[in-house]
Amino acid sequence: MSLTAATINRLSVNEKMMKALKSVFNKITNALLLPVVGIAIFLALWSITAQSIHTSLGEFPGPNAVVKQFYSLYDEHTAEREKATAFYERQEVRNAKKLEKNPDYVVKTRAYTGKETFVDQILTSLVTVTCGFLLAAIIAIPLGIWMGLSVKLNSALNPIVQIFKPVSPLAWLPLVTMLVSAVYVSDDPMVSKSFLTSLITVSLCSLWPMVINTSIGVSSIDSDLLNVSKVLRLPTFTNIKKIVLPASIPMIFTGMRLSFGVAWMVLIAAEMLAQNPGLGKFVWDEFQNGSSESLARIMAAVVVIGFIGFLLDRIMLLLQRKVSWDKSSASV
Amino acid sequence: MTTQNSEVNTEITTENVFLNISRIDMEFPTPNGSFTALKEVDLQINKGEFISLIGHSGCGKSTVLNIVAGIYQATKGGVLLKNKEVNEPGPERAVVFQNHSLLPWLTSYQNVELAVDQVFSKKMSKTEKKDWIEHNLKLVHMDHAMHKRPDEISGGMKQRVGIARALAMQPEVLLMDEPFGALDALTRAHMQDSLMDIQKELNNTVIMITHDVDEAVLLSDRIIMMTNGPEATIGEILEVNLPHPRDRLALAKDPEYNRLRSEVLTFLYEKQRKVEDIKDKKPAVKAEAMTIVEDDIKEA
Repeated sequence: MSLTAATINRLSVNEKMMKALKSVFNKITNALLLPVVGIAIFLALWSITAQSIHTSLGEFPGPNAVVKQFYSLYDEHTAEREKATAFYERQEVRNAKKLEKNPDYVVKTRAYTGKETFVDQILTSLVTVTCGFLLAAIIAIPLGIWMGLSVKLNSALNPIVQIFKPVSPLAWLPLVTMLVSAVYVSDDPMVSKSFLTSLITVSLCSLWPMVINTSIGVSSIDSDLLNVSKVLRLPTFTNIKKIVLPASIPMIFTGMRLSFGVAWMVLIAAEMLAQNPGLGKFVWDEFQNGSSESLARIMAAVVVIGFIGFLLDRIMLLLQRKVSWDKSSASV
Repeated sequence: MTTQNSEVNTEITTENVFLNISRIDMEFPTPNGSFTALKEVDLQINKGEFISLIGHSGCGKSTVLNIVAGIYQATKGGVLLKNKEVNEPGPERAVVFQNHSLLPWLTSYQNVELAVDQVFSKKMSKTEKKDWIEHNLKLVHMDHAMHKRPDEISGGMKQRVGIARALAMQPEVLLMDEPFGALDALTRAHMQDSLMDIQKELNNTVIMITHDVDEAVLLSDRIIMMTNGPEATIGEILEVNLPHPRDRLALAKDPEYNRLRSEVLTFLYEKQRKVEDIKDKKPAVKAEAMTIVEDDIKEA
């Protein structure tokens, strides 16, 4: 009797262990194994298809060719950096010598004007997209809050927002280019015109999702919370700071994430056409260059663009988790 | 003794009454013309009085409260607090909302602090404010969870913080919109006892909306029973002269308590029986109920 009970007990313990193992196994499968399998299948299909496509620039690049280009792009970058350091060292030595000869000599330092490497271009793109996005946010969030608070303003501006929202950056670009050339005239420009053109184009396109989401977030605040504010007679600014802004932070962040995604997409197109140094220009230059390696280098850029876009979204998500009180709104 | 004609009441006490709800009508615009929610609601409230508004849902109790709070503006008539017209919300008429309305991103302490900072911005020093916030949270027995956010505390606790926030404004009138409506029966009883303790200490002027007959009798000095809308108005007013402090267990056997209770029940379930409810459930009683309502109208 007791023996059978013990057996049953042992069996059930075994069963429990099996279940626990299974659930751990399932977790590992879902989080690691399946994505790896997915990527492996994609790479296999890519490399098979690539082999059978022949372009005027040679075979379409497969994964191998792209990886090779990553290495060569990195080598080019380090080589360029070495050249730059060498240049500055030479310049320093030269200046020191001149100073020795003539103590009154005013030291001139010239910047190295070598070509921009892939890494430089990634950095430029990141700077441009961040500036463009911030400019858009500075305009969009206050505007959205105002529109959310005032039904009249919302009715007045909503058609404009709806019409401008679907406009492609390519349509804005010629206008912005001409506008920047006409307005931004300075002998000693702080930033280049092409940078400004891409920045404004990015802002123009990433403005709208933020305006819409912010205004919806503000206008859908629980009326009880607004009544609390009314009972307390909070002044407008305090009301916005203490009630409206925190209450609509989840929606504002949703808008910001959408906008950052749009901004990054638009940036590549804008850089291609505005010839602003950056990933877009890199792609365009490689395309114009037309060497046998060009397609692989472009594909490398595509991978980097995708990866950075993904990272930017994750950074925004982390920021949202940090700032927002409503943690459930900051899920993936 | 139990039923007063509100008209007569007006003539006697309109002067110098503490809170005067003077013949208010409320119309809401709808796509099919205006809807008259309230008609000729007239009520005078003395300082330190605890008033309950009771009636079926949709009868405009909340509308009355919102007009006193200043959130709605009456179409006709008006509200006078200490002979000053009420035309906007203000902290001297603090509201305890039905679903607590705490700001979810602030702790209990910060929620009360927001009110105290606004109301006593210049009158209190920093330490005085801190003491005052803590004092009010202690009053509702929430000092142990001062630094928790609303999503970390229970429904009853949230409502306590809501009450603390309202009390911290030191209001002339405390307006409560079904403050315990969303709570379970045990928590509600507990909250009622707390409210009685607080009331004993502060003797506030309170208007409370409730659906709960026992709650109304237990807490109030007067129970205002409202007729069904549209054109809802005050049906009857019941004076509750039970001595304080009141104890729910002792009262359960008290004949006066039970008489008051059945008065309210009679008003709600015989005189003002909801017509829609009957339509759904018992078509046979409908005719009878309708005649009662009609009789009421004739009497009025």
